[in-house]
Amino acid sequence: MTLLDAEDVTRKLPEGPVLVQGATLSVSGGEFVAITGPSGSGKSSLLYLLGLLDRPSVGRVRLEGRDTTGLSGDALAALRLARLGFVFQFHFLLPEFSALDNVLIPIRRRGVLDERTARARGMELLGMLGLADAAAKLPEQLSGGMRQRVAIARALANDPALLLADEPTGNLDTKNAAAVFDIFAELARSGERAVITVTHDAELAGRATRRIHLVDGRIVSDEGQGAG
Amino acid sequence: MKLLLALARGMLARRRRQTLVSVSGVALGVAFFIAIASLMRGFQTYFVSQIIDVQPHITIKDERRNPLPQAVEIAYPEAAIALNGVKPVDRIRGIRAAGDKIAILEAMPGVAAAPILTGSALLRYGSRDVSATVTGIDPQRYVQVANLGKDMTQGRIEDLRSTANGLIIGVGLAQRLGVVLGDTVNAVSPRGVALQMKIVGIFRTGIVGLDQGQGYSLLKVNQILQDRSNVVNQIVLRLADVTRAETLAREIEARFGDRTESWEEQNANFLNIFVIQNAIMYSVTGAILLVAAFGIYNIISTVVFEKTRDIAILKSLGFTERDIQLLFLLQGLVAGVLGAVLGCVIGTFMIEGLAQVRFGVDAPSGNDRFIMAREWQIYAVASGFAILAAGIAAVIPARRAARLDPVQVVRGAA
Ligand SMILES: Nc1ncnc2c1ncn2[C@@H]1O[C@H](COP(=O)(O)OP(=O)(O)OP(=O)(O)O)[C@@H](O)[C@H]1O
Ligand SMILES: [Mg+2]
Repeated sequence: MTLLDAEDVTRKLPEGPVLVQGATLSVSGGEFVAITGPSGSGKSSLLYLLGLLDRPSVGRVRLEGRDTTGLSGDALAALRLARLGFVFQFHFLLPEFSALDNVLIPIRRRGVLDERTARARGMELLGMLGLADAAAKLPEQLSGGMRQRVAIARALANDPALLLADEPTGNLDTKNAAAVFDIFAELARSGERAVITVTHDAELAGRATRRIHLVDGRIVSDEGQGAG
Repeated sequence: MKLLLALARGMLARRRRQTLVSVSGVALGVAFFIAIASLMRGFQTYFVSQIIDVQPHITIKDERRNPLPQAVEIAYPEAAIALNGVKPVDRIRGIRAAGDKIAILEAMPGVAAAPILTGSALLRYGSRDVSATVTGIDPQRYVQVANLGKDMTQGRIEDLRSTANGLIIGVGLAQRLGVVLGDTVNAVSPRGVALQMKIVGIFRTGIVGLDQGQGYSLLKVNQILQDRSNVVNQIVLRLADVTRAETLAREIEARFGDRTESWEEQNANFLNIFVIQNAIMYSVTGAILLVAAFGIYNIISTVVFEKTRDIAILKSLGFTERDIQLLFLLQGLVAGVLGAVLGCVIGTFMIEGLAQVRFGVDAPSGNDRFIMAREWQIYAVASGFAILAAGIAAVIPARRAARLDPVQVVRGAA
């Protein structure tokens, strides 16, 4: 099942530079995609476009068959809330809220679960990521690896179809980085969900089922499509 | 909404000291507003109640608001007419058919009416001359329209009847003349009539003008003194419901043709001063609140600036621009509400503190303390202003936060 469909996506800045040039790809459930490329090749830019954080100048992005071109900012926000999850290099946890409360933010914002079910869901996610004991702790009381796992739990809070990560292991040591990639692989395995992560670590990229390589904003290779 | 409130609280809690400062600013503005408003309202209400207490609610005068039209003007209402050398009619002034009018007025529910004749007289005692207004009254009727009975400090109004040429004067007038109860003064009117009048009573209203320049005699006695037998030049009214004064005055004037003034019209100068006073009060406290609003603007701007990462992640998680705007608006409102509540408490203390102040002097008004108005409306207006100001102050940074592009932030933060 195709979750995401990007068609000739190009992103130009008004000042002239082209961040992404004519990117066409489609991602199905069960895929674990690694985007690689040299620094400044447009990996992050492409990820923001696929994650509906940014709008392409040319081309279109379809999410679960639905064309997102021309949707309002609020409609895109609603799609991000319900169908997408983000993890960045920095954890972006709200410092004044506990790990559990951070995970609960998207659930509460969406407002479909009652408070008890929401908390149970949050605890379940934290438990799945080995953070059951850290639920009540503030981000500053957690290690870097734990924070990033809380951020992953938050990204998964509303059970997204697509998890997007931009160098999620950039601030982590090898052991923690490997753990994050194991989690991603596990998340994609069920077949319902796809994971797309940007990484400059070739070894970690090797764990993905598919590797897209970017140079100067263009996709130059796409290996392992359809696997996984 | 609950989530936004929790987020707002969390963000403000991180800047506790700064939040405290801006909340205090709002609180101070609110407290000063409440205290000053209470003081001024208290004074003004007291003043008005004094006026209503001492002065007639409605006064019918022996004059017309506009000169009577000339015959030629009635004949040619559309014409442009210039009349030269018109001689005023030399008629005896006074309210015509005063007795009938009083009967009509007294038939109205909640209305008491009394005929009076006022005129000036020179009071002479020993070597002292003091000019005063002498009002001739019908004691029985007059006590129903005025509080003279209550204001008597010596003697009784009824003594006017039992004494030939009795005179009741204000306490200040008695001092200026140097007379005491029972003394006899020589009264001379502008018409040249002189009467020996005996002081049978002294009153004190608290209004300096009256206490120093007013005397009362029997209507008949003053008619003799003023050489205007059987003339009544004013009818004064007291109403059960003061607020009806202006409308009733207009009705009476329309009916009788005599110029009829309500207490509001007679005291328009004071009431205008109150308007100016209030304007000053609102400007001063408005300025305080403006400063407080700047404080709130400042803190929300700081929070927005510091929280760019949090804003970015919330937006990427799927919060809409409206959510973000509301989040920071809420912070302003929270600060405003806290400030308003605190200000109400401080304001109450200030009111009670001011109420304790004693001037220790025997003020002419008979008051040695501030009269404070304790009205919930003052609190409501102050709080409303504060919260509104806080909200407006938060709107600008909140909008800036809402427009923040999360991509720029997540790209920059590593
Ligand atoms: N707002 C912007 N204004 C100017 N140039 C920009 C802007 N955003 C991105 N760029 C440039 O566009 C190019 C692509 O940026 P992008 O962040 O997508 O690359 P990347 O592959 O993620 O790089 P890195 O590996 O360093 O994260 C870079 O050269 C970057 O400097
Ligand atoms: Mg990047």
